[in-house]
Amino acid sequence: MLEFPRWKKLWLWGITLAVALAALPSLVSSTSIRWPEALPSPTVNLGLDLAGGSHILLEAEASQVEAQRLENMEEAMRNVMRQAEPRIRIGDVSTANGRLSFMLENSSDIDRARELLTPLMNGEGLTREWDLTVVDTSRMVLTPTSDGLDNAVTQAMDSATEVVRKRIDELGTREPTIIRQGDTRIVVQVPGLQDPDQLKELLGQTAKLEFKLVDQSALPADVEQGIAPPGSQIFPYAAGTPFEGTSLAVRRLGGIKGDNLINAQQTVDPQNNEPVVSITFDQQGGQRFAQLTTQNVNKPFAIILDGEVLSAPNINEPILGGSAQISGSFTADSANQLAISLRSGALPVDLAIVEERTVGPDLGADSIRKGMLAMGLGAIAVIALMIVTYGRFGIYSTVALTINVLMLLGIMAVMNTTLTLPGIAGFVLTIGAAVDANVLINERIREERKRGRRVIAAVENGYKEASRAIYDANITNFIAGVLLFAFGSGPVRGFAVVLIIGLFTSVFTAVIMTRMWVAGWLRSSRPTELNV
Amino acid sequence: MKLLKLVPDDTNIKFLKFRAPFYIISLLLMAASWGLVMTKGLNYGVDFAGGQEIRATFVGEETAPIPDLRQTLTAIQGVGDPVVQRFGAPNEVSIRVKLPPEAEGDKEFADRLTRDITDALKEGHPDVRIDGVDSVSGKVSGEFREKAIYALLAAMLAIAIYIWIRFEWQFGVGALFALVHDVSLTLGMFALFQMEFSLQIIAAILAIIGYSLNDTIVVYDRIRENLKKFRKMPLPELLDLSVNETLARTVMTSLTLFVALLPLLLFGPASLFGLVAAITLGLFVGTYSSVYMAAPILIWLGVNSDSFVPQETAAEKQEKVARGET
Repeated sequence: MLEFPRWKKLWLWGITLAVALAALPSLVSSTSIRWPEALPSPTVNLGLDLAGGSHILLEAEASQVEAQRLENMEEAMRNVMRQAEPRIRIGDVSTANGRLSFMLENSSDIDRARELLTPLMNGEGLTREWDLTVVDTSRMVLTPTSDGLDNAVTQAMDSATEVVRKRIDELGTREPTIIRQGDTRIVVQVPGLQDPDQLKELLGQTAKLEFKLVDQSALPADVEQGIAPPGSQIFPYAAGTPFEGTSLAVRRLGGIKGDNLINAQQTVDPQNNEPVVSITFDQQGGQRFAQLTTQNVNKPFAIILDGEVLSAPNINEPILGGSAQISGSFTADSANQLAISLRSGALPVDLAIVEERTVGPDLGADSIRKGMLAMGLGAIAVIALMIVTYGRFGIYSTVALTINVLMLLGIMAVMNTTLTLPGIAGFVLTIGAAVDANVLINERIREERKRGRRVIAAVENGYKEASRAIYDANITNFIAGVLLFAFGSGPVRGFAVVLIIGLFTSVFTAVIMTRMWVAGWLRSSRPTELNV
Repeated sequence: MKLLKLVPDDTNIKFLKFRAPFYIISLLLMAASWGLVMTKGLNYGVDFAGGQEIRATFVGEETAPIPDLRQTLTAIQGVGDPVVQRFGAPNEVSIRVKLPPEAEGDKEFADRLTRDITDALKEGHPDVRIDGVDSVSGKVSGEFREKAIYALLAAMLAIAIYIWIRFEWQFGVGALFALVHDVSLTLGMFALFQMEFSLQIIAAILAIIGYSLNDTIVVYDRIRENLKKFRKMPLPELLDLSVNETLARTVMTSLTLFVALLPLLLFGPASLFGLVAAITLGLFVGTYSSVYMAAPILIWLGVNSDSFVPQETAAEKQEKVARGET
């Protein structure tokens, strides 16, 4: 039990040294000493509650993806039917209940229609994204499969994450963390952000830009009541525009979406000095824009952003150069914001902020300073108490405790985990557990001596008998920690991570390392009496 | 060097003599705690209730004008009944506002509310510093609540099962009971003093469970050992012996953890106060429950030394013979 072959000693010291070295960059970074850049420098990340900054949880509405997908399917279906040779005539198109259904005017077209639709129904690979059924010989119904919907949501979230990343990069913030969480959520963490409002506005904007022709046949009275003529839909004017409070009817199909933009800049309209956003289309978008404006000279078209009309200017002449201007009662700031959003692309789905936490940088720094001071004082008190109670064994325990803290920091740094405020509670508990292990051992050694065992036997038995309770206690806590991590959220997880790592380091240092030192001392000085 | 001994050698305190009255008191306290939780309710922070929490420091002032603030805030549309509390230093406050149910899911409402509140703060006190803003939607706070409950229940159950496997089923029940006791009393204290109950406090309760469990296992381990050693000793006497034998360790561990916690309680950051206060309370309650809840229940559940006989090894028997115990 007290035998320690040289290889075992080397191995134990090697681990200790390696892990403690890994803790060094974290400790150094809080002082003014510069860590040499050539060396690897794993540091413990400080959670936003300690470092200051903003944490924002965004959530997408999956049903929106479904609706969007249905709309795209309708357009694709209409296109293939129109382009078929000879053309397949359809009618009674409906997208109710999340399904797309339509009638074939001539039921003998059914096989041709089925053939045309097949390529639209399959996704990448072998998944089938839509099911096709035929009702009453001439009504075709396209139903999305659950695989197809899942794929669509995943894709939308992937590209939404990318868009969010681009927008935050445009703000020039340092080291943002952007992670997908669960099926429909994105976590955004920006350390040290002073003003989260700008970020929130930027993320809250979908930036879905559309150009649609105004339906001039619509009766104003009907539009105000929300009744759109067939083939049209109604959009309200955006807040801040001159027509705020009123609505506009536009043609549902045949417009242009803002997907084909290659640039957007905030500029000033030379005619009235108002801030506007200049946009440039790519070649395909430019061509479609030219086509739309050529065919509809002297008609108004609406510029719609996120379902609200910004303006509805008249097309005075065809716009052929592939660039255009968006006006809409902007301020310089809001024009710039829109330009950023347009440059980074539209979000494929609206994102709502469901959780937001901002900690001012002063408070974070203050928390760390006070936390460090308190932990330092606590450590001194614990060390003093251990040494006056257990003497030499108390010194071993406190050295082990110090190594334990370094190891814990080092492992957290290497594993790239984050230290949060509740994590500090985990730290305190770990120190408590480590002290407890040594107290158990030392008390047991006292007891064994009292029962008249000789020094070596007492120490040996002390370690052996105490280890049982130590292992049982640590394993139960480990089980609890794993479950906390599995079921917990946020701070609870931060606590669980520290707890789990701490259990390993505290058993390693408090039980195994101290035993090595005690064994070494017993060998070298062969005491006949123990002062414990 | 003369070493400090906190507990004299060979104590023989009759802990279990008063087990019945202590049990009754504890059961009453548990009932009272649950009664408080039911009637007064827990003062849920935004983590669990949803809404906005704004923390601010009135930099130039000695104390925060809390009554004034309450009045100013009530005038803002949508604020409803705000909770304005001191948070840490006398010039630091936390303001909590619940979103009205009809505003749930309204993207802009929460933002506007936060802005209105910060504007109102800055109006009367230009040097106010906004330290932090937390905003949690009703949906997310509901999930937090659910997850916290699952995490607590799953952890407690798994612990009980492990102890059942390692010891005997009576020990598993005893440990579980002690944990329920500790968690109940902590919840009761939070309800009584209406301290803010947040996700951090869940972390604290878990720390309490962990600590209390350490204690319980140390006592149980000794009981198991003594059950094997003194097969004829009546159980209450054996439990007393076990508690006395581990007393020095219990006092020393509690004391060291307490001296580690005390500076955090006194000088630590305000945002950690609730958490540390809960762990400190748990330190006492957990120690108490290991002796007075987890041990006596073994008498009523009928533990006896036969449970552990098969585990007695030949070496241990020999040792006993050598000591003349049989």
